[in-house]
Amino acid sequence: MTAAVLFQNVSRHFGAVKAVDAVDLEIAAGEFFAMLGPSGSGKTTCLRLMAGFEQPTHGHIEIFGETAEGVPPYRRSVNTVFQDYALFPHLSILDNVAYGLMVKGAGKEERRRAAEDALAMVKLPGYGQRRPGQLSGGQRQRVALARALVNKPKVLLLDEPLGALDLKLREQMQEELKSLQKSLGITFVFVTHDQGEALSMADRIAVFNEGRIQQLGTPEDIYKRPQTRFVADFVGSSNVLSSAICAKLGVPAKAASLRPEAIAIGTSWAEQLTLPGKVISRSFLGAVNRITVDCDGEKIIVASPASMPVPEIGADVELAFSRNDLHLMEDA
Amino acid sequence: MSALATGAPIQPNRPGVTGRISDFLWKHPHLLLLILLGPPVLWLGIIYLGSLLALLLQSFFSIDDFSGLINYEFTLATYRQLFSDANFDIILRTVTMAAAVTLFSALIAFPIAYYAARYARGKWKAIFYLGVMLPLWSSYLVKIYAWKLILAKEGILTWAFGKLHLSWLLDAWLSLPIIGGNSLSVSYTGTFLVFVYVWMPFMILPIQAALERVPGNLIEASSDLGGNPGQTFRHVLFPLALPGIVAGSIFTFSLTLGDYIIPQIVGSSRLFIGQAVYAQQGTAGNIPLAAAFTVVPIVIMGLYLWMAKRMGAFDAL
Repeated sequence: MTAAVLFQNVSRHFGAVKAVDAVDLEIAAGEFFAMLGPSGSGKTTCLRLMAGFEQPTHGHIEIFGETAEGVPPYRRSVNTVFQDYALFPHLSILDNVAYGLMVKGAGKEERRRAAEDALAMVKLPGYGQRRPGQLSGGQRQRVALARALVNKPKVLLLDEPLGALDLKLREQMQEELKSLQKSLGITFVFVTHDQGEALSMADRIAVFNEGRIQQLGTPEDIYKRPQTRFVADFVGSSNVLSSAICAKLGVPAKAASLRPEAIAIGTSWAEQLTLPGKVISRSFLGAVNRITVDCDGEKIIVASPASMPVPEIGADVELAFSRNDLHLMEDA
Repeated sequence: MSALATGAPIQPNRPGVTGRISDFLWKHPHLLLLILLGPPVLWLGIIYLGSLLALLLQSFFSIDDFSGLINYEFTLATYRQLFSDANFDIILRTVTMAAAVTLFSALIAFPIAYYAARYARGKWKAIFYLGVMLPLWSSYLVKIYAWKLILAKEGILTWAFGKLHLSWLLDAWLSLPIIGGNSLSVSYTGTFLVFVYVWMPFMILPIQAALERVPGNLIEASSDLGGNPGQTFRHVLFPLALPGIVAGSIFTFSLTLGDYIIPQIVGSSRLFIGQAVYAQQGTAGNIPLAAAFTVVPIVIMGLYLWMAKRMGAFDAL
């Protein structure tokens, strides 16, 4: 099967800055794909390369088997939901949504009907006559989505689409985006710096850092088996244990990652590994208590369920975890 | 307690008169606005608008043909005189020139403004501003006389056309009726060129300001949705730049309508509105007719703005 998007050794350099550096990538048709990374990691540039706003310095890009480099954005069946929505302020919501059909020469009635259907799909029926300035951030986000989807794109690109929304709305939109993607069957490529968003929505995730893909895999892979310290740090703030601590645990490795929620305090059983330490700080996060423990000068974070007793600051505790949760890494 | 929490919870009054004034104005913010706005509003209201109204009032009086004295009785006779063939020609000539200058200025200014707003950064932006503003710093008269020399029959332009073996083109142009003449410096074409040159900054700067406010991602969005560059210009860039173009055209249009020096130095000897006003209130001493001529640009600008608003030029504001 042809890939929806294929990157072969793609680089995009801006002078000396290697925004994207020799990236290989294959996104399957119908996949919900997330590109995750901190700002400046190259994920947005990759998205812009797919949209056609940037051209690669080196390498080859295909969209559904057809060469994409050198092809302007307006000839690609790829549509983008922009980070700040980029709605046309001088057009009504209906004209915004119908824009893509208008420039392709669709008739007025056809445009209106398609735009209204698209608005109904994003749960904004009857909003057509308003102006973008009259809508809330969440509503504008839906309009941007409708404006892209009305063109029936082969690939939908979403550039941090939920970044400007508040938490409740963001969670709701995550659900909706996911079910929309399932029902439409369109390939979604999603850029985010929020690991929670990537983990909950994507079929696969590419973690970017400094223009390169650090790790590519399913959310579970990325979360449970980070291959590099960067991935361990960035995705869910894992503890990274040094080689000294690994040696003390009897596990020879340069480094190992350990999830905060995989650690229990004070309740160990036979086959578990244990580590003594002293509580430095604790904070209540609702479902869990976040407890920082000092083990021989290394800070280890424990996410302890709120139902468990919380040790006092300064108390000596014993951390216990299963050997299976300790994930060895290649680099230090 | 921590070291930060020293001192009184509420600070005492600042000493002296300025302290008391600060407190007083803080409590009465409207008073501050009144003090700041009062003088300029009085200046505009009485000295500017007042004298303008007094002038317009004059247009409803008439002049006694024998004594040359003003007859202070309400009459529309002056307006009848304004629409006589000779005077109406002046109005038509001026409005046509102003429209042509405005249109051509907008055509030239847009690409320059677009480059400055979208691409020029840092040093190049400074060079742009300098290049646009620099002509405004030198004397208006010096520039016009310079143009007279450039456009003269013995001037550099004629010479350049000759060197390029294009004299025939210049001659053909000059032999055209109305816009031609003996040389560029005594033709409407010459007047037009000087007007376009002199008012150009007033067109470039508002368009540049309008384009600067158009987020770049709107252009990307249009392209992303399938709009080719022409469509993006027509449906996104132009409508959003329109308030700037209208603002610029208000300058070029009204400045051309009112100018009396450029057509006097460069161009045919036929009068423009500004020259007519100058002649009527000076040598002819016909203040009412001069006043009636002054009303024309005001009415035309009013109509122009009304039309621009109806066409939705300010919807994007």
